[in-house]
Amino acid sequence: MKLAFQLAYKNLIGSGLRTWLNVGVLSFAFVIMIFYNGLIDGWDQQAKIDTIAWEYGHGQFLEASYDPFDPFTLQDGHAEFKSTETAGLVPILIRQATIYPEGRMLSVALKGIPADQKTLQLPSSLLSQSEAFIPAIIGERMATSANLEEGDEVLLRWRDKNGTFDAANITIVGIFDCNVATVDNGQIWISIEKLWEITGMNHHATQFIASEDYVYQEMEGWKFSSQETLLQELTEIIAMKKMSGSIMYGLLLGIALLAIFDTQVLSIFRRQKEIGTYIALGMTRWQVVGLFTVEGSMYSFLATLVGCIYGIPFLFYMAKNGITMMANADDMGISIADVIYPVFGLGLIIGSIILVVISATIVSFLPARKIAKMNPVDALKGKLS
Amino acid sequence: MSNHIISIEKVTKRFPVGEGEFTALNQIDLQFEKAEFAGIVGPSGSGKTTLLNIIGSLDTPTEGKAIVMGKNIKELSHKESAALRNQHLGFIFQVYNLLPVYTVFENVEFALILQNKTASERKKAVMDALEWVGLENMAKKKPAKLSGGEGQRVAIARAMVKRPEIVLADEPTANLDAKNAHAILQTMKKLNQELKTTFLFSTHDEKVMGYLNRLVHLDDGKVVQDEIVEIQKTVS
Repeated sequence: MKLAFQLAYKNLIGSGLRTWLNVGVLSFAFVIMIFYNGLIDGWDQQAKIDTIAWEYGHGQFLEASYDPFDPFTLQDGHAEFKSTETAGLVPILIRQATIYPEGRMLSVALKGIPADQKTLQLPSSLLSQSEAFIPAIIGERMATSANLEEGDEVLLRWRDKNGTFDAANITIVGIFDCNVATVDNGQIWISIEKLWEITGMNHHATQFIASEDYVYQEMEGWKFSSQETLLQELTEIIAMKKMSGSIMYGLLLGIALLAIFDTQVLSIFRRQKEIGTYIALGMTRWQVVGLFTVEGSMYSFLATLVGCIYGIPFLFYMAKNGITMMANADDMGISIADVIYPVFGLGLIIGSIILVVISATIVSFLPARKIAKMNPVDALKGKLS
Repeated sequence: MSNHIISIEKVTKRFPVGEGEFTALNQIDLQFEKAEFAGIVGPSGSGKTTLLNIIGSLDTPTEGKAIVMGKNIKELSHKESAALRNQHLGFIFQVYNLLPVYTVFENVEFALILQNKTASERKKAVMDALEWVGLENMAKKKPAKLSGGEGQRVAIARAMVKRPEIVLADEPTANLDAKNAHAILQTMKKLNQELKTTFLFSTHDEKVMGYLNRLVHLDDGKVVQDEIVEIQKTVS
């Protein structure tokens, strides 16, 4: 095997430009593969961190009749709770409401959250620092769509527990920048105590967010979803994005492998006399098959080396500085940061190397098998077609 | 106990041609002894190269027995015939067949690598072989930089470096001018005398025949004459 590697290396280096073209294409596919997967992994990691920090916490209890995907369940999807039974849980009460910014009517989800909570990253403490009647915080997306700024007042209309409309001005005391659109778009956050007060729904909640130190215990009338369950959808979306991306680098890798296959076929045809000479000098046919296979798979080793030369600085730069995402990144359907920092794990790099080496070895072996059936006399004469 | 290093017994070789067959060798009987400097001569298509290929275990007879170094070629597996070639046979081809990406040294060294010789053993043997053919100063050159005569001398060194019992030379001077051809033949004759290596040529070149001490004439796949000749050329 050592001999095969030595010979293969000499043959490849001796082949000059042809070798380096193949190596170049393969190394490009290799670097792109790592980069794309690293980008998706970084996105995945970032999206999960952000979603946990802003929305999911360490699990959620939902009132049994509340379905977040069915707005009709919102009206009655709440229940009273006792503070003594909800240690480590942050209650959130959600009510439908309407605001009238600049005379426009805008339906919103009015969410009450304890101002002193620390489980979610929402700057809820701002709600307790204001003297306004109803202090509220909103996300940047909401601020943009309602054309609201910090300090603005806007009329809010809601229904109390009896279904009676009531209205008052809320004051925007903070606008937060958040990657998770689902806690921002069409949502107004106020103190839960204030929401209880204005709706008369004391100690009612629609959902609870579990804090890090929460120890699960069943609550009658509430359904629990663990963090893993909540993140499942996100994981599936990321997996889908990864799959669609793999088509791109799969094509690139396919082109590179096709080039190796083509080179191997041509090489075996052109080097018949050399093959015959190897056999005449005492190599078995399968040793020659091994030599040509190793030669083909050496492209992948050289591609790895070449890929490292320009790939490591490139990927390091990307991991350090991140990639600025486009302005309308919310359309992607999941949390996406303004800047994504790709994550290049050892598993990803080793996995990519193994994939490239194995696939290059297979496409090298396929044409090389022909050598095993070659008549050495015809090979020496260069007579095979 | 036979002294024959090569024994050909009623060997027939047929090749399929279209729907029929072409008989390249027809009931050949021949024996060669150690240290012979013999040639299989005859016109093109007479079966010289086919016979040489069978002796070299690159091909097998359709009928009959070809016994080389006590081994029946027809009964050898691919691995065994590769071992026979590697251990006991050296080949010299008409077009040298040097491996283009290797240096002269590496080309000669190749057979020894296959024999798993150590680097120091290889180096000594290669330099000795290059000295025999007068190319010790060209060890680092690539084959493309060599003249035809030099290329063939490298091929001789490659064939001789492992000290084989038999060297099979297929038209070794066909691509050489007269001066180089004589130089090559003198080198081979010298090696034959000094190392007692059996040389078997396939040729129709008069220059080569002048050096041979036995001529086996083939025509249409049959031995028409097998003569021991007085050596006309001597090693200078």
